[in-house]
Amino acid sequence: MNFKLKIWRQKDRQSRGKLIDYEVRDISSNTSFLEMLDILNENLLGRGEEPIAFDSDCREGICGICSLTINGEAHGPDHPGAVCELYMRKFRDGETIVVEPFRVRSFPLVKDLVIDRSALDRIVQAGGFISARAGSAPEANSTPIPKHDADLAMEAAACIGCGACAAACPNGSAMLFTAAKVSHLSLLPQGRPERVTRALKMVQIMDAEGFGNCTNTYECEAVCPAEISASFIAKLNREYAHAILQRGTGE
Amino acid sequence: MIVAITGIILILFVVGHLLGNLQIFIGPDWINGYSQHLRDLGPLLWLIRIFLLVTVIIHIYVTIQLAIENRRARPEPYLDREYVKATFASRHMVMSGLIVLAFIIYHLAHFTVRVTDPRFALLNADPLGHYDVYSMMVYGFQNYLVSGFYVLGLFLLALHLSHGSSSFFQSLGLNDKKLTPRLAFGGRIFAWLMFIGYTSIPVAILLGLIKPAQQL
Repeated sequence: MNFKLKIWRQKDRQSRGKLIDYEVRDISSNTSFLEMLDILNENLLGRGEEPIAFDSDCREGICGICSLTINGEAHGPDHPGAVCELYMRKFRDGETIVVEPFRVRSFPLVKDLVIDRSALDRIVQAGGFISARAGSAPEANSTPIPKHDADLAMEAAACIGCGACAAACPNGSAMLFTAAKVSHLSLLPQGRPERVTRALKMVQIMDAEGFGNCTNTYECEAVCPAEISASFIAKLNREYAHAILQRGTGE
Repeated sequence: MIVAITGIILILFVVGHLLGNLQIFIGPDWINGYSQHLRDLGPLLWLIRIFLLVTVIIHIYVTIQLAIENRRARPEPYLDREYVKATFASRHMVMSGLIVLAFIIYHLAHFTVRVTDPRFALLNADPLGHYDVYSMMVYGFQNYLVSGFYVLGLFLLALHLSHGSSSFFQSLGLNDKKLTPRLAFGGRIFAWLMFIGYTSIPVAILLGLIKPAQQL
């Protein structure tokens, strides 16, 4: 298969970037999108040009570092999935494909398609942890957890922190990410002690990092590679209201 | 959350206002009597009006602030953009809201303060001694431009409500995974029912189904 590519090139944070046209030829339909970029970079190196900077790590859909917006959709047109799980057979032969980085103010660009997502780490540092003693694995039945809660917590815990939610959100909001982290821990007994402070602090840092506000468009859950449901955002809203009430009554 | 609560209050007003107005189909005595009841509330009516005004101001003030923050959150827009799930209505709430605001201001000047149509001052009281709201509405909506703007205003209100009337459940955390799509569907049905209900009045008047109770 042959493709025309328009790829965002930007030297560093300060300089202005633009879309540059490239072409790739004789690509197997079973090549992943990232492998296709590897092939393009090999060609560029062969011609003595600077290769395109992009992030990739696990290439099995669990690291969430790829941060590409392809044809206007976070992680490309094949949802749910990260860019490494996107195959060239999803595109038409000869198609023009536009590749941009995730565009959110809180994810400053490093170079070309590489962005800095440490804002998400700082949200987790604000309260995405538990204070229980973490020794060896405890006996399985020592802390009974209802099946429903365990399942919901597991669903929320599937978040890989890729930032596609904020990238796809019309408002650049990281509510789905924060909601997944808050829900995952507050549903389990181990996460209960910090339940109130966690909701308040994580939301506070999320706002301070400059993310936008949720207007319930649900674009986030449509692109989430881990299929986190936007109903966790409703849960975060409940957790936040509960925390405000608890603090308000002095508990 | 503030947007959700003020939104609910305004939705309740939209429903109540429609129920009041639909009395035009029952006859002049009903709607003229109903509007007389409202005026007879006196200070209470003003209390309700001020309450609604404050609600509208808070709703707009907070949403404009949120919209500014949202715009700041993405200083460099995407050159290519596809939406997978976000509806047109949900992405244009500020636009639809502001046009609805312009419509409300005109609508109040037209039917409440009655400064846009000099004929309204010439209307006589109906046989029961009430102001003839019935004929006022008929004469008002006989103008195609007025009715056209009214239908446009309501179209945008319905668009606004098709997102807003289910969105507030999410903001208040009053839903779950199963309920959300049903609420979204119900919200859309509700919004377009409001549209049909409201626009049925000018349509019926323009079709000549409702005639003025008195001649000017």
